[in-house]
Amino acid sequence: MPSPNPSRRYPWFTAPLAALIFTGLLFGATAASAFTLEEFQFDSPIQEAEFRELIGKLRCLVCQNESLAGSQAELAQDLRNEVYRMMREGQSQDEILTFLVDRYGDFVLYDPPLKPSTYVLWFGPFVIIAIAAFFMIRSILSRKPAVDEDISESERERLRALLESDADTTPEAPTKP
Amino acid sequence: MAKSKTVRYLTPLIVFAALVVLLVWGLGNDPRKVPSPLVGKPVPAFSLPALGDPNSTVSDTDLKGKISLVNVWASWCNSCRAEHQALMALSERPDFQIVGLNWKDEAADARRVLAMTGDPYDLNGYDPDNTVGIHWGVYGAPETFLVDRNGIIRHKHIGPIDAKVWEEDLEPLIAQLQAETGG
Repeated sequence: MPSPNPSRRYPWFTAPLAALIFTGLLFGATAASAFTLEEFQFDSPIQEAEFRELIGKLRCLVCQNESLAGSQAELAQDLRNEVYRMMREGQSQDEILTFLVDRYGDFVLYDPPLKPSTYVLWFGPFVIIAIAAFFMIRSILSRKPAVDEDISESERERLRALLESDADTTPEAPTKP
Repeated sequence: MAKSKTVRYLTPLIVFAALVVLLVWGLGNDPRKVPSPLVGKPVPAFSLPALGDPNSTVSDTDLKGKISLVNVWASWCNSCRAEHQALMALSERPDFQIVGLNWKDEAADARRVLAMTGDPYDLNGYDPDNTVGIHWGVYGAPETFLVDRNGIIRHKHIGPIDAKVWEEDLEPLIAQLQAETGG
């Protein structure tokens, strides 16, 4: 069957269906990440936001590329409960983070803290950029200007001869299509 | 001139070689083995019902005066079964005690496993809800802590104990601990 119109190559319902599936995936993903927080009750939206922020800062040690906020691992659930309990007791964010770092190490934080052992991590890239910039600038500055050498006398002679021989022929008019 | 040219051509090569060495070294590291900040610190205070007898307790005071291997285990944990044989062999040694931390487990299941396969533990604390595990920074089973006579955590091993781990890590450390406090 010929397809005169490119848009007719797919059935008419393709676009709405794709949109529907995409929306479904979007909401499905949201639902999955919110699912684990349902059991927690908060006094205020501010407290809930604080809790979300806190568990977003913490790493799940079982599935290491997930934060406590996103992980379905059982250990993540335990730690979420613990964070929740401490928060309800009125402990500050810093106190809760310190509690977990004391037990699980810095690794439990998603952002590595700034301290001597992590200086390389934090400043290394800038140092490398600075070194690269240094060498780049140095090589640009030390680049010798192109030598503007004059042509020699014999070359001048040849050039003159060429120009003269060229002058005999009529210049070609630009051709129009 | 020739020298500077050599340097110019060799530098990227050397940088590249250094990068390769760094990355190969990184590949050999196991990201699952997170170093414990508790090494060198006293064991966290705890008190748990004993697995075998809920009326008696296992606590941090049981770790004083003896060298202890504190082994985090569970009946659902396959690697724990893998190291069970090694623990059985070690349980016969008189120079240290093996204390179990039965972690996130069902008491009935845990007792059944010990009844069927043998019990290498001198003591066993029952921690179904990870209340003590959190304070020890436990994030999986099996994990094993080596605790000295003064109740200081000296080493943490993540994963099952096998002959290699025993010979290379634990045995020399235990020998060292024994020498430290003079038998």
